[in-house]
Amino acid sequence: MSKKKKIGAEVISQRLLAEGIMDLRLRTSLAEDAKPGQFIGVYPQNKSTLLPRPISICGYDRENKELRIVYRIAGSGTAEFALYQEGDNTDILGVLGNGFPLDKAAGKRVVIIGGGIGVPPLLGLAKELSENAASKPESVTMVMGYRNADTFLTDEFENYGKLLIATEDGSIGTKGNVIDACKENGVEADVIYACGPMPMLRGVAAYAKEIGAKAYISLEERMACGVGACLGCICKTKEVDDHSHVKNARICTDGPVFDADDLEL
Amino acid sequence: MNTSVNIAGVTFKNPVMTASGTFGSGMEYAEFVDLNRLGAVVTKGVANVPWPGNPTPRVAEVYGGMLNAIGLQNPGVDVMIERDLPFLKDFDTKVIVNVCGKSTQDYVDVVERLADQDSVHMLEINVSCPNVKEGGIAFGQNPDALFEITKEIKKHAKQPIIMKLSPNVTSIAEMARAAEAAGSDAISLINTITGMKIDIYKKTFAIANKTGGLSGPAIKPVAVRMVYEASHAVKIPVIGMGGIATAEDAIEFMLAGATGVAVGAMNFHNPYATIEVIEGIERYMSGQGIENINEIIGAVE
Repeated sequence: MSKKKKIGAEVISQRLLAEGIMDLRLRTSLAEDAKPGQFIGVYPQNKSTLLPRPISICGYDRENKELRIVYRIAGSGTAEFALYQEGDNTDILGVLGNGFPLDKAAGKRVVIIGGGIGVPPLLGLAKELSENAASKPESVTMVMGYRNADTFLTDEFENYGKLLIATEDGSIGTKGNVIDACKENGVEADVIYACGPMPMLRGVAAYAKEIGAKAYISLEERMACGVGACLGCICKTKEVDDHSHVKNARICTDGPVFDADDLEL
Repeated sequence: MNTSVNIAGVTFKNPVMTASGTFGSGMEYAEFVDLNRLGAVVTKGVANVPWPGNPTPRVAEVYGGMLNAIGLQNPGVDVMIERDLPFLKDFDTKVIVNVCGKSTQDYVDVVERLADQDSVHMLEINVSCPNVKEGGIAFGQNPDALFEITKEIKKHAKQPIIMKLSPNVTSIAEMARAAEAAGSDAISLINTITGMKIDIYKKTFAIANKTGGLSGPAIKPVAVRMVYEASHAVKIPVIGMGGIATAEDAIEFMLAGATGVAVGAMNFHNPYATIEVIEGIERYMSGQGIENINEIIGAVE
């Protein structure tokens, strides 16, 4: 694994994907080391801010050193990022986190479940699973949940397999959440990869248990350092781990992807 | 050019250290920074047994800084001895272990456990963490309590001790004098300032602990003032910290009376901050024709 660094990145392009959802492409050498499920810290240029914003990697082109992040405008930092245009420069920290365990997919029936702003990192995962022979699954089903018809990235997911959609208002696909969509369609799986809000991840873990699948879930939490030093972003684990010696794992470095069986959700 | 400073008989190649809790045990930042270049690595606080810390969210950003209420999560002193100290031993830097506890006995246990560790050069005693309910700041807000615990720890400590003071007091000079009178070899300040942030839309506290310690550039003027007052109240050396981001900030602390300076929250903003501060101090010295860094310590009266 190559060293983490804070480094300048050049904006290649940015566009609006859905209300408040931005698609930002950066030119950076960090792309060469990126894996699906990892994230970067993006630093606002506003001098009143201190902390990098943890944003998942949606896609990467290692050869052309392109890193793609899709994020929601959630506060002053991301509101600043949304103004970036081609040619602008920003500072990023990365590559951070462990990423999804691809090897678990080999020969298995894989289901990829995402909700809200948890959807973007799963696109990189779906692409990697379709292209990487070593981890080729038997089948891939994708289940993405959105608030309403203002969805994003669905056209790209369709390139990689069967896509089911759940919307809270029922305007597209199943009315309800991603678990409702799984149940309605009798989705079966050996391995589930998921990213989304905590209530959804709890539902995914329970569903996985119900159908006898393994679930690997990506968590989010307020972070400061992003590199495992400050212990700001912990999650509760069932067992005492080697680093903390208490039942806490660091989401930024031990995660963000965890085996759901290891967590106290 | 001489950049080395002496604190309680320990020589540091330069005055720049890491502030406890912002740098882990050095391992996490060794990817970014050559630890050999630092004056000292100050570790995250360690107790006699592992502590689980507080619920999340533990951190929140505020204007010019951040709040944290980690609650001194730590793996306990045994893990530090088995894992962190052997790692740090390989670097040509000084190691200061930050010690926390809930009772006087807890502190004494840790200090005794570290007594035969040659790779530990100094102990920083955290009696100023605002985020734990017992111990910690309870010892650091009352001069009599500070005097008593300092005296007790000093009896058991083999390495020189640094009492880390809280800014959440009426008179920092009085606290500094209490630490000195009880035999502390040095003092460090400031720990974080107790703060609060409320999410007006969720109508909740931004931090699960409700209050958190404020750090970052927002607190720097308070820290400089307190370092000035404390260093004028005592003869023991002062290590200054609180919002240091650049060499200019560090020099300001030294002119106010600090012999050592620590970079804290700004490590999160700039993982290379410590090195940039060291290089900036050297540039300042050559630009100003300063041959010995000790000339600037407390130079502003």
